[in-house]
Amino acid sequence: MVDYEYMGLVFRHISPYMWASLGCALAIGLSVAGAAWGIFLTGSSLVGAAVKAPRITSKNLISVIFCEAAAIYGVITAIILQTKVEDVPIGSDGEWSVGILKAGYAVFGSGLCVGLSNLVCGICVGIVGSSCALADAQNSTLFVKILVIEIFGSALGLFGVIVAIIISASAVFKA
Amino acid sequence: MEALYFNAKDGFLEAILRGFLSELLTTSDYNNLCECETLDDLKLQLSGTCYGKFLQNESSNLHPTTLVERCVDQFLDEFNYLRCNSEAPLSTFLEYCTYGHMIDNVVLIVTGTLHDRDVQELLEKCHPLGMFDGIASLAVAQNVQDIYKIVLIDTPLAKYFSENLSSEDLDEMNIEILRNTLYKAYLKDFVTYCKGFNSTTSRLMEHLLNFEADRRTISIAINSLHTDLTVDDKMKLFTDFGQLYPSAGKFLATAQDVEQITSVLDGYPSYSDIVSKMRYDGNQMLDKFWYDKEMNMCRDTFQEQFHYGVFYSYFKLKEQEIRNIMWIAECIAQVQRTRIHDGIVVTYR
Repeated sequence: MVDYEYMGLVFRHISPYMWASLGCALAIGLSVAGAAWGIFLTGSSLVGAAVKAPRITSKNLISVIFCEAAAIYGVITAIILQTKVEDVPIGSDGEWSVGILKAGYAVFGSGLCVGLSNLVCGICVGIVGSSCALADAQNSTLFVKILVIEIFGSALGLFGVIVAIIISASAVFKA
Repeated sequence: MEALYFNAKDGFLEAILRGFLSELLTTSDYNNLCECETLDDLKLQLSGTCYGKFLQNESSNLHPTTLVERCVDQFLDEFNYLRCNSEAPLSTFLEYCTYGHMIDNVVLIVTGTLHDRDVQELLEKCHPLGMFDGIASLAVAQNVQDIYKIVLIDTPLAKYFSENLSSEDLDEMNIEILRNTLYKAYLKDFVTYCKGFNSTTSRLMEHLLNFEADRRTISIAINSLHTDLTVDDKMKLFTDFGQLYPSAGKFLATAQDVEQITSVLDGYPSYSDIVSKMRYDGNQMLDKFWYDKEMNMCRDTFQEQFHYGVFYSYFKLKEQEIRNIMWIAECIAQVQRTRIHDGIVVTYR
């Protein structure tokens, strides 16, 4: 059914620069998607709840800032990944060398790592932030307690960045 | 998973609604209101609440009905804000919440016309949530069939007529039976509509509407005990969903007195407190008991976020609050302050 030899040949001939570029794109794209999702989730509840309880506005902007942090992690990682990519020509036998292939895959994996973790981190902080705004409007003692949940949620994005940086540290485009 | 996308369209309105909820009268507010000696005192106490803005233009000689009308105006203001800012499908859901009042208004005008009351007077008595265009032309209709052909065919109530009633039925029908038949069709339609939503909304609304259906079934069973309604007529009025459907309907319809009704309801543990109340106290204050139960259920829907059940529950809570204020105002006006605590059902806190 599947000719694995041929598939291996195809994959080896896909330019590692495609993987690297995809990695950079996913790093920023998915992180920003997560951050945006989180901001609309928390922002709409915050605006509505603040109509009858205006005191909650300044404190609850922290939820929006936590969501934004997910996007910032994505930007940082994308910039770091982009600086790793260097132009190395294909080998004389028409095959990419293992070092180059590995670097391409590492940049892709790194970008995917930070992108996916910040996507879900942004959504998580958004949903918790929405409930936090509504709860704070009813009872102001609840805010700090729910904020602790948000901090834990925000840490998820941080894990993604750390692992992404570690992976990308091994990505060296050298023949 | 509704948490992921609910806020895109309806997050703002849900948050506004919870803001309205936080302004409902609390137990301490009710205690203050009960301490009032005169209606002017009552108005003064209410000026510190959400009703203040609507009451401040009233003159000193306040009549209880005017006071309650201003409170209903405030409720209408909140409802219109929600309705104007809503998108589909929330806008349709909010429309559904008003159909019950529409049915009540139609029945009010038709009964009033039968007793030769003035149309304007009747229109003023109508609940503002249930107003629709052409409601005044209900007074022109001579019989139920005219009511359908002239007025109701253009309203959302039209489908509740065509399903169950033929033209012969329409002519002979007693007005209360008409109200109950319409309400039965409305509740069935509403629950079918709610089932099409995401899981939280459908679960909570089904729960609330099942309760409403059972409550109406039990009330119809009790109220039709010594009338000349046949068993088949009664079964046609009982709703066709809810906990009491399908098994208890036949038994409730064939019951001859309250004893038999309570023994039928023994099999349903969720209504055991109603049953014990009926056994103990007879039928007095049963309404208050139903309202109490309903308020508890409505309060519980606010524990969950990202669903439409909170809208329906809030309207029920608000209507109960206005009923409470009406009771207090009437007790004060009729100098019966000893009974003032009997009629209040605490809504939220």
